[in-house]
This record gives sequence, C-alpha cells and structure tokens, in this order.
Amino acid sequence: MNELLNLLKQNAFESPENLAKILGITVDEVKKQIAAYERDGVIRAYQAVVNEEKLDSSLFTTVIEVKITPESEGGFDRIADRISRFPEVESVFLMSGGFDLLVFIKGRTMQEAFRFVSETLAIMPGVISTATHFMMKAYKQNGIIMHTGEGDERLKVSP
Amino acid sequence: MNDSKSLLSKIAKTVRDIPRSGIRDFFEIVSSREDVISLGIGEPDFVTPWHIREAAARALERGATSYTSNLGLLSLRRGISKYVENKTGIGYRPENEVLVTVGVSEGLDLAIRALIEPGDEVLYHEPSYVSYNPLIQFAHGVPVAIQTKKENGFRLTRAELEEHVSPKSKVLLLNYPNNPTGAALSKKDVEEIAAFAIEHDLIVLTDEIYDELTYDREHYSIISVPGMRERTIYLHGFSKAWAMTGFRMGFTCAPPELTEAMMKIHQYTMLCAPILSQEASIEALKHAEKDIVYMKAEYKKRRNYIHASFEEMGIPCIRPDGAFYAFADISKYGMTSQEFALKLLDEQNVACVPGTAFGACGEGFIRCSYATAFDDIKEAMVRIARFIEKL
Repeated sequence: MNELLNLLKQNAFESPENLAKILGITVDEVKKQIAAYERDGVIRAYQAVVNEEKLDSSLFTTVIEVKITPESEGGFDRIADRISRFPEVESVFLMSGGFDLLVFIKGRTMQEAFRFVSETLAIMPGVISTATHFMMKAYKQNGIIMHTGEGDERLKVSP
Repeated sequence: MNDSKSLLSKIAKTVRDIPRSGIRDFFEIVSSREDVISLGIGEPDFVTPWHIREAAARALERGATSYTSNLGLLSLRRGISKYVENKTGIGYRPENEVLVTVGVSEGLDLAIRALIEPGDEVLYHEPSYVSYNPLIQFAHGVPVAIQTKKENGFRLTRAELEEHVSPKSKVLLLNYPNNPTGAALSKKDVEEIAAFAIEHDLIVLTDEIYDELTYDREHYSIISVPGMRERTIYLHGFSKAWAMTGFRMGFTCAPPELTEAMMKIHQYTMLCAPILSQEASIEALKHAEKDIVYMKAEYKKRRNYIHASFEEMGIPCIRPDGAFYAFADISKYGMTSQEFALKLLDEQNVACVPGTAFGACGEGFIRCSYATAFDDIKEAMVRIARFIEKL
C-alpha cells in the first residue's frame, strides 16, 4: 500500500510537515496526495479509536449474523445498503460461509440492540434469519491493543 | 588488607588502567532524572516479536532447561548456516564452523583472545562501539585506533589503513553498518579493505550485527570477497534486527581452526549459551522475516525524519545509511560533546550520548538513537531546536 496511507492509518493526525520529512517529499506534495485520496474516496474518514470500557456510559456492541435472499436485481447489495442506512449500524460486511451479512450495531443497552434486531432487522423483506451475539470485551481493535500500561523496560542509556 | 587502597593494588593492572565506559557515567546522570526523553538507547524500542517470545515460553514449558553442546544446538547452527549463506553466498559447516555465543560481545572477546598475543596490534576504526578497545587491552593486545572522518561519511579508507599498519598488525576489526555513526560501506569500499587485509596477511573480525538495518543499499559482507572467508571471523547476532537484546544471542562463523580456538575459551568460561535463548533464536530464523521488514521500514521512516529535522535546524549530520543512530555534528556551538549533552539534558530533558564515549574523535558529535518511539523523536527534535536557538 502507499506509504503515505500507511502513515495516516497509524496516525491520522500526523502533520503534513512531519509526513514530508518522513517520506522525503515536499509538504505541498503531501497535501496534494491527501486531497486526491479524499476526493477519490480512498480516505473515507478520520476517526479516533476509543476504548469504550474506560467510559462511564459506554456503548454496547452487538454482532448479528444475517441470512438473506439475494434479489434478482441487485443481488446482496440493495439489502446490505438498506441495512447500512440505519444510524445504529456501525459496520456491514458480506461474508462467505454459513451466513451472508455480518452486522455490527452500537447501542446503550442490550434492550436497545434487541429491539433493533426484532423490530427492524429481522422483519425486513429478504431477511431469512438472524443470530445475535453480544460483544463482551474488546482486547484489540483496529490493530491497537486496548489495554495500556506496558512501559519501556529498557535502560535509559546504553551502548 | 581491608583498606581500599591495598585492595585496589591487588587488581590486575590491565583492568585497573582501563576506565569504565563513558556511557555508564552518563547513564547514571540520566537515571537520576524524571521524564527524560532518551535518544541514548542502543537497542530496539520494539519488544521481541510475539511468536519468538512464545517459542521461548513453549520451550520452558517443555522443560528445556539443560546445557547444550558447547557450540550450541545443532538445529540452531544449521539455521544460522543457512541464514548466512542466503545473505552472503558463503557457506559454513554447522558441525565445526559455527559457534553460538552469548551476544556478539562474547563472540568478539573470544575472537580477540583466540588470536592476540601480548604486543600484537589490532587495527580498528573509531568512533566505535565502546567495548572494542578494552577487549583488546584485556587480551594484552595493542589497540590501534584509526580515526574515520566525517568528510568520508565515517567510512574506513584504504589510505587510512596504510597509515596505521605495521609489522606487528595481526587483526583488523570492522563494524559496518556502524554504531555510533550510522555509516555503511559500499561494495567497492569493502573490496578495497579486503585487498588490504590480504596484502598484509591480517585476520579480519567483522561485526555485522546491524547488517539487516541497511537502508539505501544492499549490505555487502567482506566474507563475500574471494579470499576472505579463510581469514575472517564473521560476527553476528539476534539483538538488533530481531529485537532480542535481552536474550543475549550471538554467533560466529569462521574456518574450523579459528572456530575450534574460540570454542575452547567459550567451553571453559561460558560452557554454552542459554538454551531458552537458543530455542527462541531457532524460531527467529524460521519465521521472523516479515518482522525484520516491518521494523526496518519503521526505522527508515524515523531515520528520514531525524535527519531532515537536523538539517532544518542547521545541525550537520551525515545521512545514516545503517544501524539506528544519527551522529550529529554540534562542534559549531563551542562546547565539548559532554558539555552539550549535559546542558541539553539539564535544560530540555533530552538525553543523547556524547560522541567521546565512542573514542576521542567523537568529540564535537552527539549520538542520537532513533530506536525510539516516533512521538518521542518528534518531541526531542522540537526540544533540541528550542535548545540551540538559545545558544
């Protein structure tokens, strides 16, 4: 993958000045490339990776396996897109194997999640069945280990 | 007998006369302070890759707690032999040409003790790793330091070698990519040094611990030059490229006669390298290629950043080709390296190692390690810029 994208995936806040130094290109070139990625939809957003566990009112993640009937026109895409439109839905993936869509939703309570599944998702035309899993704890998310506290054990100066 | 003076007089003169490492003194000053950003650390900031740690843990669970063969586990020596051959094209027989040591530090000690008789001269280049000069003296050899120059990018030249060689010269000790300067040699540089060694019938000790961390060119080992395998002890280890410093794993590759001589000393002093570290190293050789690629890519980004930052500040610094050190020229500020480093520590809480820790010709330089978390490097560069503005 492009080196600039890799750097931004590690730290989206990195300044164009620093990126230029690391990559050995000009600041203008960095800005131009980022603008092009944004324009072409390669970069879709810049988000913080939040450790929900540290928050008092954390959001609750529910993972739902969904079996659907593909439509004659549009296949899986149209129904997947409809599900994606709901604001409580965080991610939707088309999967191979025993089910079709893997849907991640975020809610304040288990009830909220349950209501979305039973009153919205399960009764949508084309949805054959759902299997709902509640996420208990995130150990690693987006490549980042969620617990902190592993310090640097090295001596402060060494040959 | 109890007073310290009479005890001191009992200590061997060779040991008494050698000062302890300048790094040690500096370490103690830095350790007494809080919240220091340290660019003074000569080891990777990465923890050993997880699968290697797991291999060590599995070996411990299995009950691998015994001695091994003096030379090291045969399966590890086989792995080392294959690894070295892949890199250099030069094969070493695992049975009698590979010796597993406790770090390259031990390997160097063995090599020097196996070769040096009192009065024999060892040519080596400075600025250099802190242990070369003392190890030669411990063996009652004569260290002959060749001062490499910034103008040559700290690369050792044939002309410099010719100036220092004498009938007593027996060994040439090389370390490229270099700690502390970050210099690396081209194929042509290496060939010229090899021709010199052959002409003067020298044994070459080549410490290539940083060879995987060469950024802008392919590393070329002196053992690959025809005629060099038979006169060279190749020293390498797992500390840097695999981030395994604490495992203390090194190895030597050399013709059977030299390996046997080193093995004798190793046998009677160390017996063998720790088995858990050997088990971890077997795993490292099998599966760590992508870890090395990843870590090297990270170091390279930091190298680019730190070099560009020094340039921006107007501090001259050759672009390091290898290892993970930038050797910055601070001579224009009219302070010794030691004064500069102490003042920087005092005013900005940034630790760098004074160049003089690596030999007298390191005066006017500071060594900045970029085996340091990126955020720390960035902050350190901001602070150094702030520091020099006030000078």
